[in-house]
Amino acid sequence: MRTEQDIRNTREHETLFYALTMLGGLVTVAGLAAALYMEHAGHVVTGMNNQVVWGLPHVFAIFLIVAASGVLNVASIGSVFGKVMYKARAPLSGMLALAMLAAGLAIIMLDLGRADRLIVAMTHFNPTSVFGWNVILYPGFFAIVGIYLWTLMDRQMNPYYKAAGFAAFIWRLLLTTGTGSIFGFLVARQAYNSAVLAPMFIILSFAWGLAVFMVVQWIMFSWNEVSLNPAIRTRMKNLLGTFIAAAFYFVMIYHLTNLYFAKQAAFEHFILVSGGIFPILFWGGYVILGTLIPLILIYHPGLSQQKGSICLAAELVLIGAICLLYVFIIGGQVFPLDMFPGMIVSSSFYDGLIDSYIPSTPEILLGLGGFGIAFTAITVGVRVFKFMPEDDVTALDSTGHMLD
Amino acid sequence: MALMKRALVGFAAVLLLAPGVSIAGAAKPVITIENPGECIAPAEEMRRNHMEMLKHQRDRTMRQGIRGEKASLNECINCHASKTTGSVTGKGGFCESCHTYAAVNLECWDCHQPKAGKKHAEAAGVKP
Amino acid sequence: MNQPEDKSRRSFIGAAAVGVAGLGTIALAPGLHLVEVSQANPTSAPSQGASSKVRWGMLIDTTKCATGCDVCVKACATENGINETLKDARQGSQWIRKIDLKDPKADHMHSLPMMCQHCAEPPCVDVCPTGASFKRADGIVLVDRHTCIGCRYCMMACPYKARSFVHQPLTEQNPEVPRGLGCVESCTFCVHRVDKGMKPACVESCPEGALTFGDLNDKNSEIAQRIARESSTQVRADLKLNLGVRYQGI
Repeated sequence: MRTEQDIRNTREHETLFYALTMLGGLVTVAGLAAALYMEHAGHVVTGMNNQVVWGLPHVFAIFLIVAASGVLNVASIGSVFGKVMYKARAPLSGMLALAMLAAGLAIIMLDLGRADRLIVAMTHFNPTSVFGWNVILYPGFFAIVGIYLWTLMDRQMNPYYKAAGFAAFIWRLLLTTGTGSIFGFLVARQAYNSAVLAPMFIILSFAWGLAVFMVVQWIMFSWNEVSLNPAIRTRMKNLLGTFIAAAFYFVMIYHLTNLYFAKQAAFEHFILVSGGIFPILFWGGYVILGTLIPLILIYHPGLSQQKGSICLAAELVLIGAICLLYVFIIGGQVFPLDMFPGMIVSSSFYDGLIDSYIPSTPEILLGLGGFGIAFTAITVGVRVFKFMPEDDVTALDSTGHMLD
Repeated sequence: MALMKRALVGFAAVLLLAPGVSIAGAAKPVITIENPGECIAPAEEMRRNHMEMLKHQRDRTMRQGIRGEKASLNECINCHASKTTGSVTGKGGFCESCHTYAAVNLECWDCHQPKAGKKHAEAAGVKP
Repeated sequence: MNQPEDKSRRSFIGAAAVGVAGLGTIALAPGLHLVEVSQANPTSAPSQGASSKVRWGMLIDTTKCATGCDVCVKACATENGINETLKDARQGSQWIRKIDLKDPKADHMHSLPMMCQHCAEPPCVDVCPTGASFKRADGIVLVDRHTCIGCRYCMMACPYKARSFVHQPLTEQNPEVPRGLGCVESCTFCVHRVDKGMKPACVESCPEGALTFGDLNDKNSEIAQRIARESSTQVRADLKLNLGVRYQGI
């Protein structure tokens, strides 16, 4: 029997759902309008220039793409590594991956100087270009994850879910390798050109993807007034903690290898000490907010049991992620190219100078528009399809899967 | 037999009428030939194939450095530019009037100079 | 090897082409050009195109290059129609720029022009997703604006910051040098001049004769002989990109 209170709650939920969808839609429309304006007026209306060629839209887009491949891990842990607890989370994980990848790609595409030539990008392929590989990797990801979702959600297709899950796992590793390699093969700038970037991006994607998943899961459970089983909560938080620590290890390795080479020392000094906003974002944003505080929230015996503490930790990880990418992408570009080692260089083209970059309103709107796309897709997706993770705790307990 | 004949006539009528109906909405383009005489190919061929000619020439010039071929965008512009505006674009421009009518978007002028006789500026000490 | 013969033939065709073009544009009276007559029936055969036997290169003697002199930069801008002004100069195109170098241990300054180095192994060509960045058979690295999507990956990859992105719509292009909004561009070695047998504008404009242009593969060319005889360096030689532009005196 539904009580009057239930009905009122349902109605409130209904209103809230439409309000949220509207909000997501509005942000998306604002982003599209900004892209159209940039397309028409040219990139002169952005803060990007000939030194800082990729700006805030790319920070947001790469965050979404890396997190998209990472969020699929939740499904992989279930399908590939056979953890039954995570299998209930596989459909949601796949849907989040698709929504976020679509959003990230939309930003990258709309920021192109000639966004109208998308068809050229699809029909002209240069096999030596990492971007070229991505033209294959990204649509492939959509197709494989789409099939994977089908095998998970259609009973007839269910026998194939393991194969599809395995393919999706391999493909997502390739995809993140591709994303890391976009920078890893750039010999020109000191911030990039490092073999550690591809594995670093994979580990970062583990942490960011799981963080996104846990935030969404927390919201869904709160919305439905269900509470997550404490044992499952503990396992997921510990996994997040492991990923945060592993990601931090790789970020340290990246900076330490740079510091080892004398020619990169000036760049590291800039990023870690003297570079104004960049050291602040790195130490304050990534290390303290995005790594240390989440680790404390996750592992402190008292704090970790507080309601909402794990969700807060996951949210901080995501803030740290944006900070780290901003330092990596923008900080890596503002630092001058070292064409003449040991010389003091000056020119009319700002050689030898630290550049400045201030994102303009259209750029910010375009970046946020991407988040609008992801948000709207996820909100509608969890409403229309059955993505809510349902844990059969007694079954998990009796089969011993809670502990494996 | 009679039926077939009627069907054929009907079909022909549709064929004849259809373009008339679809075009009725838009005014036919007015094309001014500024320099009457012979083009590099008969008008019929030019109308049908100018885009292919230009595209192939463009790729050979751009990629292989072959210059001075029969088809050339700059030569089109030099001959067909309006004597009043000096351009092939703008209202009534040779390229634009037809392309507006056919609703085929032209990207050429994003990069190419649509005005004829645009004097190539010369820097000091540089032989033209 | 029939290279010298090949070359003289090319320069003859080039000269012929220039002659015809010159004739074609002689103004008989304002608004009336001979151009109409010559257009319909081009008399000269098309040029042979870029040959893989040739490798165009440039040798820059920085000891002759004066600090504060930017004649080559101005000549390039005029030749290639780079005449737009932008509020933020960092968004403007610079195909060639003057760089001043100072060794902190020494008193004297060096000055040199920096532009696309026309690498034999160009990173921009490697990273271009559509193949719009390409190297011609004769070693000139160009951007095909018909397939450039404006992703700027090549600008991230270029070790010389030689490429610029066109940030705003353009209208005053030189008819021979198309360039426009949303595409990446860089020094073309004045390919439209080189194909006619001429030298790049910067080379011709230099009052000190500090820039030498020629075929690195032709043993008899001035540039090849000087590179064989005198010492020259490549910028960021550590990358082993085999540059078309070489410097002396740095």
